[in-house]
Amino acid sequence: MENKRTCLYDKHVELKALISPFGGFDMPIQYSTIVDEHRAVRNACGVFDVSHMGEVTVRGKDAERYVNHIFTNDVRGMENGKVLYGMMLYEDGGTVDDLLVYKMGENDFFLVINASNIEKDWEWIQKNADGFDVELCNRSDYYGQIAVQGPDSENIVEQVLGLPCSELTFYTAKALACEEGMIISRTGYTGEDGFEIYASHGMIRVLWDKLMADGRCKPCGLGCRDTLRFEVGLPLYGDELSEDISPVMAGLAMFCKLDKPEFIGRDALAAQKADGVSRKLVGIELADKAIPRHGYEVLKDGVVIGEVTTGYHTISTDKSVCMALIDSAYAKLDTEVEIKIRKKVFPGKVVRKRFYDKHYKK
Amino acid sequence: MAKVIEGLYYAESHEFVRVEGDYGYIGITDYAQNALGNVVYVDMPEVDDDVTAGEDFGAVESVKAASDLISPVSGTVVEVNEALEDTPELINQDAFENWIIKVELSDKSELDSLMDAKAYGEMCDNEH
Repeated sequence: MENKRTCLYDKHVELKALISPFGGFDMPIQYSTIVDEHRAVRNACGVFDVSHMGEVTVRGKDAERYVNHIFTNDVRGMENGKVLYGMMLYEDGGTVDDLLVYKMGENDFFLVINASNIEKDWEWIQKNADGFDVELCNRSDYYGQIAVQGPDSENIVEQVLGLPCSELTFYTAKALACEEGMIISRTGYTGEDGFEIYASHGMIRVLWDKLMADGRCKPCGLGCRDTLRFEVGLPLYGDELSEDISPVMAGLAMFCKLDKPEFIGRDALAAQKADGVSRKLVGIELADKAIPRHGYEVLKDGVVIGEVTTGYHTISTDKSVCMALIDSAYAKLDTEVEIKIRKKVFPGKVVRKRFYDKHYKK
Repeated sequence: MAKVIEGLYYAESHEFVRVEGDYGYIGITDYAQNALGNVVYVDMPEVDDDVTAGEDFGAVESVKAASDLISPVSGTVVEVNEALEDTPELINQDAFENWIIKVELSDKSELDSLMDAKAYGEMCDNEH
């Protein structure tokens, strides 16, 4: 099957981006180099085409009750314009997807889901709506999205794009009057301050062109999006979360509100919290410069105890580190473990899985 | 056009050999470093290790992936480029200058099966 293209595809080609498939789309991986683009976001500003992400609206009399049924976080009493991160789970606690839920009005929610899961999620969302008075709409083909990220984002979004955003606090959003359905939020996936803007394809193209013409904001590909999110310990569905990896295993239980009366997967999670889980996601730092990659084995005294989910030689801190899902018995900080990289085994130790501090503006 | 240097031998897997007497300096080509992007680690063998034509002897790691190094020739490692241990990015700066290992060649006839600069350059141009 042909990969989809985002509304900015021709612009990436013009900029001579390296393009690769991701989540069913042909996406820009890098325009210059991953290191350059990574540093631009940490030190100044970068813009990402994230139009591949999916969007679903949930409206109607039972919208709040329904979202709370499929979502691990708690949307009750949420203020309009607030954004929450959380997951949708299977009954057994495995993860369907991780997502953002925006409350745009009373019983009016905007869900942002991963590109690779759009079809599966949409099916799941519809299937579980029986008995709820809600109107569901998959808006993924309508919306384009850009993420402007980095310490200079606020100035650039206000001055270059002319979109007032300074009053938005971390994880809040508002509708923009320039176009029906257009949304801006102070959110992102880099560990830096920044904004995500959802709008029609035409509007996203206009915004992109303004940013490119101004020049202060560097175009950034999915290559550095991954190194940036990894350094601050943010999970990627498919690596750190999956149908086999629950939020409790991934250390994301704080986004699962077990005090809610009910949500799909709640009982399984409650049992995992009470009884403990067999595997946990940890950080591992190697003494050597060799780089642990997704799928490499983690060992203890020569016995396999788990595997690497994501690993890099970090750009911001110059260390070979990874996140790995390992036997819980070895998940304590400072536990000595080994990672098999090609033919050799390298010593490492369990560390916190945040390798670089987030710089959010709260 | 891919950047190539006359007088070197080239493998399909994008390593080069520069021959000096009985020795060969093995590295990756400019085309390869460009395709890899920022090189952050070079996994090298040790002096006295044997390498075999067509088999891997290490890896070059960019930010995003590890890429095996395949030896174009057989022989014994007599020197590794230690500068790459602390400054792997030298490969991005000049891949042909910054060879990875120096090998005492055990069978110089193996060079015959490698490409010259022209053939390799054409192969790279066709990969686009």
